[in-house]
Formats: sequence, C-alpha cells, structure tokens
Amino acid sequence: MNNQTLEFTTSKPRDESFLARAIRRFRKHRLAQFGLVMLVILGLAAIFAPIVSSYSFDGQDAALLGQPTAPNFKHLLGTDQLGRDNFTRILHGARVSLLVGLSSALIATFLGTLIGALAGFYGAWVDSLLMRLTDVVLSIPILPLVIALSGFLRPSLPLLVLIIGGLGWMGTARLVRGQFLSLRNTDYVEASKALGGSNSRIMFRHILPNAIGPIVVSTTLAVGGAIILESALSFFGLGVQPPTPTWGNLLTGSSDFLETAPWLAAFPGLFILITVLSVNFLGDGLRDALDPRL
Amino acid sequence: MNFSYLTRRALVTIPLLLGVSLILFFVLHLAPGGPTDVYADNPSVSPAALENLKRELGLDQPLPLQYVRWLGAFARGEWGFSIRSGQPVLETALERVVPTLFLGGTSFVLALLLAIPLGVFSALRRYTASDYVFTIMSFLGISMPIFWLALMLQSLFAVQLRWLPSAGLETIGDGGFLDRLRHIILPASLLAVVNIASWGRFVRSSMLDVLGLDYIRTARAKGLSERLVTYRHGFRNALIPVVTIIALDFAGILSGAVITETIFAWPGMGRLFIEAMNGRDYPVLMALLMIGSVALVFTNLLTDLVYSLIDPRIRYE
Repeated sequence: MNNQTLEFTTSKPRDESFLARAIRRFRKHRLAQFGLVMLVILGLAAIFAPIVSSYSFDGQDAALLGQPTAPNFKHLLGTDQLGRDNFTRILHGARVSLLVGLSSALIATFLGTLIGALAGFYGAWVDSLLMRLTDVVLSIPILPLVIALSGFLRPSLPLLVLIIGGLGWMGTARLVRGQFLSLRNTDYVEASKALGGSNSRIMFRHILPNAIGPIVVSTTLAVGGAIILESALSFFGLGVQPPTPTWGNLLTGSSDFLETAPWLAAFPGLFILITVLSVNFLGDGLRDALDPRL
Repeated sequence: MNFSYLTRRALVTIPLLLGVSLILFFVLHLAPGGPTDVYADNPSVSPAALENLKRELGLDQPLPLQYVRWLGAFARGEWGFSIRSGQPVLETALERVVPTLFLGGTSFVLALLLAIPLGVFSALRRYTASDYVFTIMSFLGISMPIFWLALMLQSLFAVQLRWLPSAGLETIGDGGFLDRLRHIILPASLLAVVNIASWGRFVRSSMLDVLGLDYIRTARAKGLSERLVTYRHGFRNALIPVVTIIALDFAGILSGAVITETIFAWPGMGRLFIEAMNGRDYPVLMALLMIGSVALVFTNLLTDLVYSLIDPRIRYE
C-alpha cells in the first residue's frame, strides 16, 4: 500500500507550477501587459507626484489668473482659470482616484468573499439567509442609491470608499459561494476534517486558495468600476470635495470652459479612460492566466 | 415550465421587494438631514412652524411606524404627494417615465442594431485585424466614463460645430419630430456606447462558443452551406444567452439615466431623482427607487420564462 502511493507520486511527471503557468499565459496576452505597464507608470507618477512635477496642486501663477491657458512647455497640460498647473492637478487627482478605486474594490472583495465563503461552506440556513440578502441587495438600483447616499452624507474619503465598496460585494459573494460549494466536498477537505482541522482553517487555508483565481479577476475589474463611480460622484459634486483634486472634480471645474478651453475637460477624462482601460485589459489577461480550466 | 413553478417564482418576488423597500426606506430616512432643512436657516420660519410641518408630513413618528404606514399606502397604490411640489407622486412619476423610456428605448434599438452584427462579424473573423480592432473598441466602450464622453460630445457637436442642441427634450415653441430627433441624438448615442461594447463582446463570445460545438461540425459534415451553418444553426443558438444580458440592461435604464439625463437636462426619471434628492423628497425618492427595483425583479423573472420558451432544453421544475 505504502509502496503503491510512493510509486504513484514519483512516477507522475512534475507539473508546471500554478504560478509559472499563469505567468506563461499572461505573457501571451499583450493587451494585459500594456495595461499592467500603464498602471505601474500611473501608480509611480501618482506616488511621486511632488517629485515628478515642480508645481504644487494648489499653487497659483498670478500672471495666468483669469483664463485657462493652453498646453505649453512650462505647463504641459495648460493651467486652469486660477492659474494652477493642470498636469500637477491631474497627478494629485490620480492619487485620490487610484486610492479610492483600489480600497473600494478591496472592501467589496473582502465582504463578498466572507459572505460567499460562509454561505457556501455552511450551507443550510446560513446559505439561505445570506443568499436572500444578496438577492435583495442585487434588486436595488445601486447607482441611484449610491448617488443619494453621497448627496445626503457628503462623505469624507473613507466614508466614500465604504459606500462604494459596501454596495459592490454581491457579484463576488455569488462567485465565492459557487466555488465553495464545488470545493467543500473534495478529498483534501475531507482529509483536513479527518485530521481535526477547524472550520475556519478549512475555509481559509484549504478552500480559499483554490478559489483565488476568479476572486483576483473580479477584484481587478471592480477597481475600474470603482474609479468610474468615484469620478462620476465627484463630477456631480457628491464625492471628493475641492480643493482636493480628483479626476472627477477636475472635470466639474473645466466644464464651464468647453467653448474656450476644451482641453481642460479632455485630459482628466482621458486619464480616467486610460486607467480603467488598463485595469480591464489586466483583468482580461488575469482571467486567461488564472483560469484552471483552460 | 409549469404553472406551479410560475406561481412560486412570482410569489418569491414579494419578500424580495419587501426586503428592498425595508432597506431603502431606512437608509434614506436614517441619513442625516430631512425635507424641512431648507427652512432651517430661514428666519421667517419659526421653530414651532417647523415642528408643525414635520408633524403634518408624519416625520415626527417613530421610523418603524412611518415605514408600516408608507408600505400600506404604497401597496394600495396611494403613493402620496411630493414634499417639494405638492403634486401626486404617481402622476409625477408617470409623467417622467415617458421621456426616460423614449430615450432608453431609442438607445436600445440603436445599440441592438449595431451590437449584434458587430459581434457576429467579429466572431466570424476571429483573430483578424478587424476582430482585433473590434476588441479594442469594445474595451474602450466598456471603460468609458460616460459623463466625460457626454461633455466631449457636447463640446464637439453642440459648442464647437453647433450641429446639435446641447441639452433638453425639445426647443421651446418647436417640439416637432425633427426637433426632437435632433435633441435625442447625443444622449441616445451616449447611452448606446456602453451597451454596444458590452453586448457586442458578449455576442462574439457566445457565437464562438456555439460555433465550436459538435452539431455545427455535423451540419458542416452533412454539406450545408457555410451561410446556413452560421446563421440558422449558429447565430440563433448564440442569441439565447445574449437575451438575458440585454433584458437585465433594459431594467437598468433608470440607473443609467440618472447621469445622462442630468448632463443633457432630459426631463425624465433620472433627473427627477436628482431633483427629489436635493429636496429630500422622500415619497418621490422611494417611488422612483421602487419602480427601478420592481423593473429589475420582474425582468429577471420574465427572462427566466422567455429563456425556457426559446430554449426547449431548459425545463423548470
């Protein structure tokens, strides 16, 4: 018996590791690599904004006060009507937008994973209760509710993240529940149970790592959604308030100058578009790289 | 599909909608501030008058009691009166549903006419340059911040070129068919962008899934023309999963309309929602959110039923 198992494990050809295979597949997805490179550049530019640009985001050039100026060598993307350097403001806006996007997506993933894991692992009434709750929240028109809540609460940055993340967990919950349902009766879970593994150990040490692929993909895609939502809210004056610049509220200020200085509105939006596009490319590449069925 | 399944599915929507109304009611009412806030800083409105106003609106009652009263009235079809305008809520909402459906419907037809051919075309030319262009374009559409695209379209077509009006449903004093058409082009195309991109991608992948199946090989093997294989055997089956996505997006019209209608000053439900939000007009807010929720729940139900009608393999027990 012992011999047999030994023989079995040794004769089996050594598989390519999960990570190595994922990296090999990811390398084939050019758009995803483009996305990753763009996001790294943007992230670095945002973190090192004070070094990248010699201006401060609220510093005014008194000589340029009154009317927006067009892009030039001194001000790469021009200045706004208050003489503030547009490129610097967009870089500082990237800090807020990326931070809100990332942390909202992480909160949504955390909530969704927790709810989905509990429902899928325990089943029975826990499952019914949590899944009915998910059904109910999924039946609410989310965008109007987020807009109303932001309008009522005038949220601070952390609260805004909580609102966006707290209303975006339902998809992840259903996904994780499905993964747990299909994995909870596998042999290695039985083995861990037989060895006296606690429920939380089985859930988070044994099952969750095997379900990580789809979770990573949905988190990535959620970052893009959260960035768009935050900028939409800030655009309508319901999200992050000036003087803190975000891509959304930079657009609000510039919409008065569509006739005389259309570039002012064009650039913040282009940054949103490129960021979300990169995130979606990356998510698509990760889906291909992490899907165990392919 | 049998009758008892239908009844059961229909009955499940009742607790679902109750749950939705419970969450919405408490979330909206517990948020700080209220409809009487507009008078709070007005020196000619005394505190006693404010209290009177609150009592008249029933806002002095405990929240659970307010909810039960609202629920009873709402279920009987008595949607109350707008706090802001004093108009009956039901009438106001119905008035605003029409422009929203007009805008949403137009953009839907536009999106359908483009998304399905584009998706099929892209699938049939998989891995060619045109497929690659389609993929990148659809990624752009999905990633588009539509409020920004709205600004850009307004800037280009209304402000710079002056070809189209920048906002509104019609020119005051005109309102003819051509005038309305000119007004709807920008917002409808805008709403269609995201749908064209996401449906197109979905049609493409669904088409590719179906074309890889055994019966397609059988159809080719028995000598059917490529045209017949693609359209009769492939396309019709590929559309089945697409129906679900499209139906659910239709229910989301209220959600999508909030942003577009605000930017284009379109007098529909989305703009009414923003107006009601600014005045804390609870009866109107609840009515609009519940309409949106009912639309979601019933489209879901309807999609399941239609699904089993167009795909005979699906049988609900």
